Amino acid sequence: MNRINQKLQENKKLLSIYFTAGFPKINDTVSIIESLEKSGVDFIEIGLPFSDPLADGPTIQASSTKALDNGMTTEVLFNQLKDIRKTVKIPLIIMGYFNPMMQFGIENFCKKCAEIGIDGLIIPDLPLDVYNNNYKTIFEKYGLINVFLITPQTSLERIQFIDKISDGFIYMVSSASVTGSQSAFGKTQDDYFKRIADLNLKSPQIVGFGISNAETFKQATKYAKGAIIGSAFVKYLDENGTASIQKFVNKIIN
Amino acid sequence: MSYFVDKKGYYGEFGGAFIPEMLYPNVKELEDNYLKIMQEPSFQEEFQNLLKEYVGRPTPLYFAKRLSEKYQTKIYLKREDLCHTGAHKINNTIGQILVAKKLGKTRVIAETGAGQHGVATATVCALMGIECVVYMGEIDIARQAPNVARMKMLGAKVVPALSGSRTLKDATNEAIRDWINNPVNTHYIIGSVVGPHPYPDMVARFQSVISEEIKKQLKVHENKENPDYVIACVGGGSNAAGAFYHYLEEEKVNLIAVEAAGLGIHSGESAATSVLGKEGVIHGSKTLLMQSEDGQITEPYSISAGLDYPGIGPLHAHLYRTKRAEFISITDAEAMSAGLELCELEGIIPAIESAHALAVFNMKKFKESDVVVLNLSGRGDKDLDTYVKYFKL
Repeated sequence: MNRINQKLQENKKLLSIYFTAGFPKINDTVSIIESLEKSGVDFIEIGLPFSDPLADGPTIQASSTKALDNGMTTEVLFNQLKDIRKTVKIPLIIMGYFNPMMQFGIENFCKKCAEIGIDGLIIPDLPLDVYNNNYKTIFEKYGLINVFLITPQTSLERIQFIDKISDGFIYMVSSASVTGSQSAFGKTQDDYFKRIADLNLKSPQIVGFGISNAETFKQATKYAKGAIIGSAFVKYLDENGTASIQKFVNKIIN
Repeated sequence: MSYFVDKKGYYGEFGGAFIPEMLYPNVKELEDNYLKIMQEPSFQEEFQNLLKEYVGRPTPLYFAKRLSEKYQTKIYLKREDLCHTGAHKINNTIGQILVAKKLGKTRVIAETGAGQHGVATATVCALMGIECVVYMGEIDIARQAPNVARMKMLGAKVVPALSGSRTLKDATNEAIRDWINNPVNTHYIIGSVVGPHPYPDMVARFQSVISEEIKKQLKVHENKENPDYVIACVGGGSNAAGAFYHYLEEEKVNLIAVEAAGLGIHSGESAATSVLGKEGVIHGSKTLLMQSEDGQITEPYSISAGLDYPGIGPLHAHLYRTKRAEFISITDAEAMSAGLELCELEGIIPAIESAHALAVFNMKKFKESDVVVLNLSGRGDKDLDTYVKYFKL
């Protein structure tokens, strides 16, 4: 069984952390992953930086620009991760935009992921139908889970379809926004979280976008299986460096 | 071979809608409704009326006698430069603002590079009394001050794009982010034949009035609807899409798309996407785009702010791949002198974008009997500063 699905069976609310590979420094990737695991994070999203990240707000965009300036590329990232499974056991997901993967070659990219021990991919601008028609068999061949997103605007019919074709979890975008733009959740979000929970989907939901602290993590996971923190962590790294990652995580889950 | 969009939103292998799930409902709503709305008699009546009374259409198809004498061929200029606001851009914004109204949208956003599309959007928003926000790269705001002032006078809010390279592609990113943040009440008026399906098709249809008129006007001038050549410049490609549209399946009409070579195709400072680009995904569309080995989108360069987009519309990528259109690259220097030549021979100051198309006459020999239609997409008022500096006038 894929590490993601094993993790989803654990009887607890899951915390996932996103970071941009190559930020703040080009060679921070492995130490950030190891520190996050040691701090008790349940799974990790490794951001492959892109010049034009449409779904991201200013924090993640700025970290991506910096990472690219630092020299991060798909090739460099794969090299950094080649021995990661010697030390890290929790699920690892690569989150990135479609163009850099397309240039690397989708089959080649998936093959590399499988060799390294990556468990899944999140590609916000790869549409569902293109994935189904062109890439699904490749992902499956290499044992990779493709994670789909839903938003408060996603129709019921489409949610049910996404649930049907999802293996692993559904990435539930908390509100109509790009990453990093929320400071608190209100009744609108709570209603939306409950509405989705009441659908009793087969795929667990992990909430992302707008989760920044213990309070928003608790709100997001009231119904959902877990939540993902991205921009708030990237901002923390920017301000505090990589030395005190444990402190950031403790504030969320203790 | 079809050159029109297929049911799935593709031109051959190019096009599609590579958008995040957050944009799916917005784009789907547009996809489900745009053709229906455009076919409604009430829409057509209002659209045609505004094109005539407000934009000033039909624009003349002018026989350029002295230019023709110089190049020993028959040259007609399609005078899109005479449109209200100074370029073809308004054909599309008039169409899209009416679509937005039919969809019940109360707020409009747009991206702009040189500011022409921003001005055309701000204009129609003022006309309809709709809130308008235009995203523009911080660097473009500094170098296109008159157009920023125009947009403000027209009541639009101009928001600087501070991310990435702070030019057109980043303004487009910011507009897309705004749309993600405001999915219900907002319509995004894209200014070129780029972006996710149905935008390239919708914008091409609104611009197709250009070739529709050329056909009728040429019939009067030459007693035939089809010229031997149609020439247009391509940044994203909206004026070329409009000028080519009704000739796409007339294979005897040669289509020439003119790209900006900047300081030279291989100088590192160029916007010649068809030569330098590779297949990839930009702003929701699979097309040819300028990028690094690693798939990072690179910043193009041209003296013309309307041509420095790192991609081309998927229709044009398809025309390039299938060789339906011939692509020619023109440097800054070639375009500038062709622009000045038109001033001197015909008394018309062209936009620097259109001057790129004019420079083709120095690159390619036409027969004396050839009928060549060149789409003069915009006027040069906005470029005076660049002309003045370049020629030290």
